[in-house]
Amino acid sequence: MRQPSQSRLILTHVGLVVFTALTLYPVLWVFRLALESDAGLGGGLLPIPRDVTLDNFRNVLGTTDSHGWLFGKQLFNSIFVSVLTALMGLVLSATAAYSLSRWDFPGRNRAIGAFLVTQMFPGVVMLIPIYILLDKVGLLDSLLGLALVYSTTSVPFSVWMLKGYFDTIPRALEEAAALDGCTRFQTFFTVILPLAKPALAVVALFSFMTAWNEFILAATLMGDARSYTLPVVLNGYVDEYGADWGAFAAGAIIVSLPVMALFFALQRYFVEGLTAGSVKG
Amino acid sequence: MAGLTMRGLHKRYGETHVLKGIDLEVDNGEYLVLVGPSGCGKSTLLRCLAGLEEISEGDLLIGERRVNDVLPGKRNVAMVFQSYALYPHLTVRQNMGFALKIAKRPTAEIDAAVDKVAEQLELVPLLDRLPGQLSGGQRQRVAMGRAIVRQPDVFLFDEPLSNLDASLRSHMRVELKRLHRRLETTIVHVTHDQVEALTLATRIMVLNLGVVQQVGPPRELFNRPANTFVAQFIGSPSMNILPAQGDEKGIVVDGVDGAIEHHARGPIELGVRPTDFEVTDDGVWSANVDVIERLGAEALLHLELGPHKISVMVNEPTPIEMGQTIRLQPRVLHAFNRDTGVRIPEPAGATS
Repeated sequence: MRQPSQSRLILTHVGLVVFTALTLYPVLWVFRLALESDAGLGGGLLPIPRDVTLDNFRNVLGTTDSHGWLFGKQLFNSIFVSVLTALMGLVLSATAAYSLSRWDFPGRNRAIGAFLVTQMFPGVVMLIPIYILLDKVGLLDSLLGLALVYSTTSVPFSVWMLKGYFDTIPRALEEAAALDGCTRFQTFFTVILPLAKPALAVVALFSFMTAWNEFILAATLMGDARSYTLPVVLNGYVDEYGADWGAFAAGAIIVSLPVMALFFALQRYFVEGLTAGSVKG
Repeated sequence: MAGLTMRGLHKRYGETHVLKGIDLEVDNGEYLVLVGPSGCGKSTLLRCLAGLEEISEGDLLIGERRVNDVLPGKRNVAMVFQSYALYPHLTVRQNMGFALKIAKRPTAEIDAAVDKVAEQLELVPLLDRLPGQLSGGQRQRVAMGRAIVRQPDVFLFDEPLSNLDASLRSHMRVELKRLHRRLETTIVHVTHDQVEALTLATRIMVLNLGVVQQVGPPRELFNRPANTFVAQFIGSPSMNILPAQGDEKGIVVDGVDGAIEHHARGPIELGVRPTDFEVTDDGVWSANVDVIERLGAEALLHLELGPHKISVMVNEPTPIEMGQTIRLQPRVLHAFNRDTGVRIPEPAGATS
């Protein structure tokens, strides 16, 4: 490749700096708000805190109610729902995607199409039916109910993603496994799933993040503060009675930390998984 | 160890009839090569033997046992795939021991079996590598090793050498031959390469359009091809086939002067291998040299014989030049029925 000229290099970097600043500006504002003792939206355009205190974090983390540590319970809710969503999503979508990838059965193409069609409707459209359904089966205000709703909404994407990946795994491997004495299930667990690790990681992370960040369904389906997930809790800091921007910002940072950690941990798989299937062989 | 028996095997995919009644007994310890052009059904037949395809009709026996409805893993056959199909997430050692592990054999026994085969195939330094870290030839050997470790009744090879470069392929041909001599296990080997078939097989089966054309030892297929298809498929360069008429004076090729003594009568297809000509001044045919391909030790002449084009192999160095007219004498003749393409048998007592 040709070596870019000096002036071009400088121009590129100026551009990069501008874009980085644009991207980071709102994030820095969140940090400013979280660190100020009297957080407000006034006081200059620069996201530099006027004083530094950790009180906002202390307040958010230390929320209690008559039963004890409320924030802890809510954090647990979020983790529980997100992990359960990821697990259920993985089990359902991996098995569904494998059968769609490998077997030709009546209705197969319709099923693949149907999975895609469901992606055309925003989740909010199904809010009322879902509310009624959960009410009928007694899963309103229940973490299991919320996780079920989340995993069903994330399954279509996961199935598509995994089917695409399974399609790239050569059938000869399964035939070799069959000749080596594997049953269908052994082949799936000992050959296919280990090979699909990158795609499985992507799907798990995607489901986890969907559940972790989701607000509208959680706010509608969860009535009791002790069953809130963190996005609903965050919303509580800025409501019609006033806005505690400091707590909101501190909460936002706390909420985004686990996702960032997960993302870094799975980053390698993530990149591999997203490009998977683009090159056959 | 066991032989194979196929009785009236048919394979259909809906309307498509791929295998049209295969009958064959393969003795224990035979090296059978299935050969034919692409789409002839040879791979399908191998996959039927492996159990990867269901048999539509007929019986398949391994040893004395009918295995039509036996799962691939329970047939005690091992297959080497064209793509090798090594498990990419397992090391060479784990790949080779995989079948034994699935069969729940003790770890010590698996390790011993893998070590023994790895030593024979010079795979010991590679045992802890992943297939992705191996060269094509090494992968091929691992695929062989994985099959051998299982000590199967029958080996099934699906074009195992087709992904190797020419020199490695001829090296592995010799290795395969050695392997067969040492293991004395029945091998069924599919290839489209007739050199592979001629060099490896104890018997060759030529398939075309799902029908067996001829089964026999390589020498027999080469010397007495059962029909024009086998005649042209086995042997390289391919046999010349010319339309001819036979009567008391001998055979006369259509549009060419000169009769050759032969017992065949009426309209026939006359076959002569490019290697079975002699260039001599008292030859019966006169031909123009169109093109010469010089191959080193030999030269392949492309000739115009009357209205026909034929190829003739001569030893180098040869004084023959392009554009020259030469006289030829065919030494070995094969006569086939013009309508059916079937070989016209030699009269009793005669040798061809």
